[in-house]
Amino acid sequence: MHELSIAENVFEIAGESLIINRGKKLRSVKIKVGELAGVVPESLQFCFTAIAKGTAMEDAKLKIEKMPIIVHCFDCGKDSTVGNFIFQCPGCENPNVEVISGNELQVVEIEIDV
Amino acid sequence: MAIVTIERKVLEKNDELAEQNRELFRKSATFVINLVSSPGSGKTSLLEKTIESLKGKIKIAVIEGDVQTDLDAQRVAKFDVPVVQLVTNGGCHLDAKLVQDAVSRLELDGVNLLVIENVGNLVCPAGYDLGEAMKVVVASTTEGDDKPLKYPAMFRNASVLIINKIDLLPYLNCNLAELKKNALQINPNLAVFEVSCTTGSGIKEWSDWLFART
Repeated sequence: MHELSIAENVFEIAGESLIINRGKKLRSVKIKVGELAGVVPESLQFCFTAIAKGTAMEDAKLKIEKMPIIVHCFDCGKDSTVGNFIFQCPGCENPNVEVISGNELQVVEIEIDV
Repeated sequence: MAIVTIERKVLEKNDELAEQNRELFRKSATFVINLVSSPGSGKTSLLEKTIESLKGKIKIAVIEGDVQTDLDAQRVAKFDVPVVQLVTNGGCHLDAKLVQDAVSRLELDGVNLLVIENVGNLVCPAGYDLGEAMKVVVASTTEGDDKPLKYPAMFRNASVLIINKIDLLPYLNCNLAELKKNALQINPNLAVFEVSCTTGSGIKEWSDWLFART
C-alpha cells in the first residue's frame, strides 16, 4: 500500500502548482507510471481522492500514462521495448542492457480552473 | 481551464533526502546496505550471523524497520551493536526521512557498516532510495523458485541476492538452479550467495565479500 504515500506526494506537488498558478480547482493530474514502479492506478486514485476530500483538488482525476520497459543494448546500440520483464535485447538476446524507461513516477501536468 | 506543465518526480523529496543521507554516509566512510525481502525469509537471522562473523573486524550499526514491535532491535542489541528501531505503524516501507531521523540517533563516526533492515515486503521498498550503497535482497528456499519473476523490480534494483534456508532444500519443491536462473534473467549483475542461517553454511563467503566492501 505505498500508493498512499505516493498519493500524498502527488497531492503536494499538484497543490503547490495550483496555488502558484492561482487556480480555483484542480481538474486532473497527468502522471507517468513506469511498469517497474509497482503502482496500482485504481489504488492511487482512491488514495488521492481520500486525501483531497474537502479541498479544491477533491474532484481531480488522475490520468495515468503507463510507461513500458525500454532497454538500451550495449552491444548493438538499439533501444527496444521488452515484455514479461525479460531484461535482454530482443534483437541480439544480449543481457548486457540498461533500463532507460520503466521506472518513471512523474507528475507531468495538471489541468486547472483559473 | 488551463494546463500547467510540471514534470516533477513524485518522490523527489525522498530522493533529495536520500542524497543528503548518502552525503552523511560518505563523510563518515560508512558502507550502507538496505536489506530487503518478503516477511520471514530470514533478514534478521542473516543480520545476526553477519554481525557474529564480522565482530572484532569492523564496527557495525543497525537500523531496524518494522510495522510493529521492537523485537528485532532486541535480537540485534544482544550482539552489543548500536541499533535504532523504526516502527512504521502500518507503513509498508522505510523512506529516506525515517532513515535520516534514525541516523540522527546513531553515532556514525567510526562505523564501517550500517545495515538498514527494511520492512518485510518485496514491492514497496523497491521505489524508495534511502541513500544506501546497495540493496541486498534475501529470498528463502521456502518461498519457491519463482519470486524473482513475480517481483522483478526488487530483484532488478538489488546488487546482491542471498538465497537463505538452503539446508531445507531436500524437503522442498524449490529448484535452486531455477531460482538462480530466474534471478539472473531479471538482473545478470546480481552477486549470488547461498546460505543457511541455521547451519551457518555460506555465511563466511557472504561476510568476507561484505567486509571487502567496507
